[in-house]
Amino acid sequence: MTCPRTEVIGAHVPVLTLGDVLLVTVQGDLDDQTAEYLRQDITRAVAETTATGVVIDVSGVEVVDSFLGRVLADIAATVKLLAARTVVAGIRPAVAITLVELGLTLPGLCTALHVEQALRLLREPSGTHRGAHPRQGGV
Amino acid sequence: MHVPSTVAARLPIGSDMDLTWIRQHVRQAAAELGFGLVQQTKLVTAASELARNTLVHGGGGHMECTPVARGRIHGLRLVFTDSGPGIPDTELALSDGYTSGGGLGMGLGGARRLVHEFTLDSRPGEGTTVTITAWASGPPYPRRAL
Ligand SMILES: Nc1ncnc2c1ncn2[C@@H]1O[C@H](COP(=O)(O)OP(=O)(O)OP(=O)(O)O)[C@@H](O)[C@H]1O
Ligand SMILES: [Mg+2]
Repeated sequence: MTCPRTEVIGAHVPVLTLGDVLLVTVQGDLDDQTAEYLRQDITRAVAETTATGVVIDVSGVEVVDSFLGRVLADIAATVKLLAARTVVAGIRPAVAITLVELGLTLPGLCTALHVEQALRLLREPSGTHRGAHPRQGGV
Repeated sequence: MHVPSTVAARLPIGSDMDLTWIRQHVRQAAAELGFGLVQQTKLVTAASELARNTLVHGGGGHMECTPVARGRIHGLRLVFTDSGPGIPDTELALSDGYTSGGGLGMGLGGARRLVHEFTLDSRPGEGTTVTITAWASGPPYPRRAL
């Protein structure tokens, strides 16, 4: 008998709790399974905690294609239905340029330059997003 | 410029894990050929879109990666091939927002915008081949005299 073949496909991305905010740091190349876990893990964490905000730090992500772009948009939409807000922090300049040329401007995704700015944004009551110049509504 | 022999390759596209390898290979090949960071990112993203189409719509296939040169300018040519159902109306498939499935319909048209040269060759019932080329520093056409 041979052992069942085990393949490591996909990995869970740790979700950290910072008070009312969940911080998720995504790094490197995200395979589809990891992206799917990301969606499930964040949704579950928002539902099971008192979190009112989610920060997804993508400063370590080198490629965002339409699949990953859609995953991020779907996460934000799901989190919104669970009465919390999502801020995607740290999109790299090369990724931003590529997304616009690809035609993926991700309207509805709230972004910040870095995690610190994202946390500041989430501390403000929703609707008063003037101070930190949030980039709501894509590019 | 010396072109490393690791650039030329034929990679299978049979599962979503293969997409990770494709992105890694294209990134490294483009970097070795002297592509800047933005050019690398554009090409890797285009490759990711096309490889996913090969997998999802074409039922799998492969990508061939070949270094090309015109004069002193280096480029990378990527050919995505499948023997899937083909695309009945290529103009329609290329238009933004068109999808036959649940996608966003941005992959094909977006990939075309991200590279310098783009050819889509498809025969219904026989398969699809998409060929893209990107150059390390803009397309190597002769510069006009000022
Ligand atoms: N290799 C292929 N074989 C067969 N049909 C294809 C192939 N590639 C693209 N198509 C067709 O072209 C359409 C448009 O492709 P495109 O990549 O733009 O959008 P999508 O894959 O449907 O969605 P997205 O890429 O945004 O997730 C597809 O829906 C599919 O019908
Ligand atoms: Mg596609």
